[in-house]
Amino acid sequence: MTEAGSADDGRRAGELLLVATALRKTYGHTPALDNADFSIRPGEVVAVMGPSGSGKSTLLHCLAGIVRPDAGQVRYRHRELSEMSDAERSALRRGEFGFVFQFGQLVPELTCVENVALPLRLNGVKRKEAERRATEWLDRLEVTDVSAKRPGEVSGGQGQRVAVARALVTGPRVVFADEPTGALDSLNGERVMELLTAAARDTQAAVVLVTHEARVAAYSDREVVVRDGRSRDLEHVA
Amino acid sequence: MTATTRTSRATPRTWGRELALGARFATGGGTEGWTRTALTAVGVALGVMLLLVAAAVPAMVDNRSDRSYAREAPYSPELTRPTAGTMLVKDANTTFRQDRISGSLLQPEGPNAPVPPGVDRLPRPNEMVASPALAKLLNAPDSELLRQRLPYRIIGTIGDQGLDGPGDLSYYAGTKSLSGRADGGFRIDHFGLKRKSTPLDPILMLLVVMIFVVLLMPVMVFIGTAVRFGGERRDRRLAALRLVGADVPMARRIAAGEALFGSLIGLVVGAGFFLAVRQFVGSFSMMGIGVFPSDVTPSAALVALIALAVPGAAVGVTLLALRGVTIEPLGVVRAATPRPRRLWWRLVLPVLGIALLFPLIGRVGTHGSINQYQIAAGVVLLLVGLALLLPWLVESAVRRLRGGPLPWQLATRRLQLSSGMAARMVSGITVAVAGAIALQTLFAGAEHYFTSSTGQDPNRAQIMARVQVHDGTQAQQAITTFRTTQGVRSAFGVTEATAAGDSGNDRRVPVTVADCTTLREIARIDGCSPNSVFVIKGSDNNPSAPYAMPGKRLDLNAPYIGAPTGGPRPWTIPADARIVQPREDAAGMAHYGVLATPGALSVSELAHPVATVAMKLDPTDPDAADRVRNTGSRLDPSDPTMTLTSTAQDHTFSSIRRGLLVGATATLLVIGASMLVSTLEQLRERRRLLAVLVAFGTRRGTLALSVLWQAAVPVVIGLGLALVGGLGLGTVLLKMVKAPVRFDWAGVAGLTGAGAAVVLLVTVLSLPPLWRMMRPEGLRTE
Amino acid sequence: MSIGHTFLGLLESGPRHGYDLKRTFDARFGHDRPLAYGQVYSTLARLLKNGLVEVEGIEPGGGPERKRYAITDAGITDVERWLAQPEKPEPYLHSTLYTKVVLALLTGRSAAELLDTQRAEHLRLMRELTRRKSGGDLADQLVCDHALFHLEADLRWLELTAARLDQLAKEVTK
Repeated sequence: MTEAGSADDGRRAGELLLVATALRKTYGHTPALDNADFSIRPGEVVAVMGPSGSGKSTLLHCLAGIVRPDAGQVRYRHRELSEMSDAERSALRRGEFGFVFQFGQLVPELTCVENVALPLRLNGVKRKEAERRATEWLDRLEVTDVSAKRPGEVSGGQGQRVAVARALVTGPRVVFADEPTGALDSLNGERVMELLTAAARDTQAAVVLVTHEARVAAYSDREVVVRDGRSRDLEHVA
Repeated sequence: MTATTRTSRATPRTWGRELALGARFATGGGTEGWTRTALTAVGVALGVMLLLVAAAVPAMVDNRSDRSYAREAPYSPELTRPTAGTMLVKDANTTFRQDRISGSLLQPEGPNAPVPPGVDRLPRPNEMVASPALAKLLNAPDSELLRQRLPYRIIGTIGDQGLDGPGDLSYYAGTKSLSGRADGGFRIDHFGLKRKSTPLDPILMLLVVMIFVVLLMPVMVFIGTAVRFGGERRDRRLAALRLVGADVPMARRIAAGEALFGSLIGLVVGAGFFLAVRQFVGSFSMMGIGVFPSDVTPSAALVALIALAVPGAAVGVTLLALRGVTIEPLGVVRAATPRPRRLWWRLVLPVLGIALLFPLIGRVGTHGSINQYQIAAGVVLLLVGLALLLPWLVESAVRRLRGGPLPWQLATRRLQLSSGMAARMVSGITVAVAGAIALQTLFAGAEHYFTSSTGQDPNRAQIMARVQVHDGTQAQQAITTFRTTQGVRSAFGVTEATAAGDSGNDRRVPVTVADCTTLREIARIDGCSPNSVFVIKGSDNNPSAPYAMPGKRLDLNAPYIGAPTGGPRPWTIPADARIVQPREDAAGMAHYGVLATPGALSVSELAHPVATVAMKLDPTDPDAADRVRNTGSRLDPSDPTMTLTSTAQDHTFSSIRRGLLVGATATLLVIGASMLVSTLEQLRERRRLLAVLVAFGTRRGTLALSVLWQAAVPVVIGLGLALVGGLGLGTVLLKMVKAPVRFDWAGVAGLTGAGAAVVLLVTVLSLPPLWRMMRPEGLRTE
Repeated sequence: MSIGHTFLGLLESGPRHGYDLKRTFDARFGHDRPLAYGQVYSTLARLLKNGLVEVEGIEPGGGPERKRYAITDAGITDVERWLAQPEKPEPYLHSTLYTKVVLALLTGRSAAELLDTQRAEHLRLMRELTRRKSGGDLADQLVCDHALFHLEADLRWLELTAARLDQLAKEVTK
């Protein structure tokens, strides 16, 4: 947000939007990431694949600035994430990133439209305006009818679409999706993936898609495989 | 299988089996399971500890007053001659700074003289036995003045059975100066008064009943809340049990078993807390109430009641809480749009309570008896009614809340979804504050029954002394000694005696001799010369009054207890003596009789005179009063001084008031602790959601504010309800004792503020764990 | 499945007789269908002709079964190229892939890389099908889905194999 002037530079095809090199992260004595690399361009959909426990989610958390890696760099548009303060990284996540998780992500006491409006309101958008834009996104994800319901009252597929709408409502440059279809059947899962990738392409948002399902990964432009905390980004330019 | 036929019927055996299964779940489930059980147990334990202390109060009071009766020296007029088993005693109470010291001078008259309780052997002259607290005080470096006043050698300490409490300041000193006549001493042949069971004054009884109800209600409410910790996780476990074939009643019994187990552990831990607290109770005297650990012994019946009621309540509350919940194999179903709470049945209890209290209006006086059960029941119903009204009130209030800034929206939405939990959390505070406000109101209103104006005027004199002397010269010396004591600004001394009006009967006329300045302190006198005589007329119904008139002849050597000493000493009140109006002296006493200046009547003419000195002290000298007391003790070892105060409060009343303060503090702290525990429990259950919100870039301040709002909204509603309920109940209680309805607004504000402060404190204390839970580690799936 | 490449791979660990090759092949990859002798010798003859193997020696006693074959440098290059080349994703690919993995393990090449290359190829095709699906009508979608599910099954097999490479390496080199 603070670099509104250079907004267009980042979207130029070919330039890397988010680059991670040699990431290491250990939880207790368990190494989660061990020399992982990653890169993504504007508008690109990259699948992060690998068996469970291989460190996929940790890689996503590091890329999104949620977790600070023990070693290695995460560079987002010429800015080093590990050099930013917690408040700065929070602001970055609020302003330029969007998130979809597998489950437990919608605030149960808020209605669906309020859930979608939440990131906008975190950015200081007025309630009326935020909810108007949220309703538009619910329309786009074909879940207009659930807007006044609470998450506990909608189906899993609908809930996940609400979550996708919430991830996209701020017009983020990067959407981080961690097993977004993990709790859905294949038909619902594919529909969510279609809507997510179509919307991301429309808005030129890059998508980091963590999944262990090949058919979900097939919605990506390319994939990065994480194995035992090591990722090999085949197109990595470094 | 018989399982299908068994489901609908629960025999004691199935109950036992399923409760035991629940207990297994309470201990299983790894760290999470233990944490929840521990939270429940600690919560219940805090409550049990308070209950046990409350159950020990009657014994505490009884033991204390038993001992205080046992050490009393009973005055018996029939003991006229000394025997081997008698002793002369004289009270020698004194005051050091603000502390009252109770002392007795003992002079045994034979080898079998009685020994006071807690004392091994009687002190000889110039020896004393002192209580441990007094011995400690005497040894303190800044107690020089007290050492001067009690210059006896300490030969032993008074044992516990001879003391009211550990802080008791008492001594027994030996003497040989008592004569048994006219010196304030009297003869005894044993220690100990038979304890008269004087029932508490009905208003005091009302206060005591109220205090117990008000302090213990929140504890019960709290125990009810404590057994519900970990509700959401338990729901999932119960659903899993249904999936493997448990039917609904079985699942409920298993849930009850978990609560039962937690409460049983709580019972044991609570007993441990109680024993620990009991050990410390003697080492500090809380707000002037000191008891020995051995006094803090709850009655067996009450202990049994607690041991049964607490687990019983745990099971009952759990079953009641699960009543509105359908446990399905795939999850616990609460109606998606919960049915709005209905008002009418919530109103039944408070209305019933008022109906019980109403007939008592105007019926409670300072005498007679009251029906404490009716009052207790009425108050309990009213307060429980408040606790029941609260969820409805909170729900209807938050239903209307819309919009607002994000933290506010998060908080109100959360409250709309589960207002019941929020209301339960503050119901303890509501009941406690409402009860305390009612009590405060009752105290403020009933205070005048128990606070009497002494009529003393501390502005005219701060300390007075009355010393029995042998003749007028001694009286003059005594007055001078006081006047020249360091720290005394001014002293008005009079010498008083009585004169016989008629030797044929017992008519006595007071005669007071002092200089003009001093006489003006006790009568309205215009002109006064060094040989003036004045007369203050007695009241018409005083049979001696006719003798106190100008021109009457008096006998200055009036016989004093028993035979006259020497012949009559006639003196005629001058016929020109002026009749004047009395004026209350600094002690609030109005004199009557003859007032004379030393020029008109020499003090040496008076028989058995008493020197009375009213002194003004140097306000900047903190030791002035104690120096005066030392001077007094030198003249008379039983300390003839008296400190003047404008009001005096009934001792029992003020100790009940102290008890309320102690209890209210303990209750609010326990409630605060419980709120903290359940707030943390709630946060723990939302850990993942918090982590997701952080991933979104939510500011910590936003979440902290929403937590604060979430706590504050129900609290404001709860405190509002407490205010209305408490003032209402207070009004009813005041009307009961026929006191004018007046509110102590400062006190009410203080109590409400204390309630709010507890909530604020809880929120602040829950922030560090909130920060911890907002770490992204919460995103990792276990 | 290419028997020639498999022979070359087996020869990489050292010269063998034709009979030896057949026995090893049958034991490792033949499953229920052993190779015919004719097929063994015609394959070896072709490899010999292309210069991928050479006869290292003939043991006394005469007859073709007495020849010992060794791999040439050209043969090694050929195996290398074959292992690195992903197979075109198609049904019943697993026996070829299995052979390749075992040979890679036997010859000390990176089986993991082989599998990764293969899974990338599978995923490339799946992407293509996914794209075609979202543009097509229902019939297209159903056809694509069928192929996608098969590819997904293969891909899972690839992943499972990748996860068990250490175990497999122990078994084949024992």
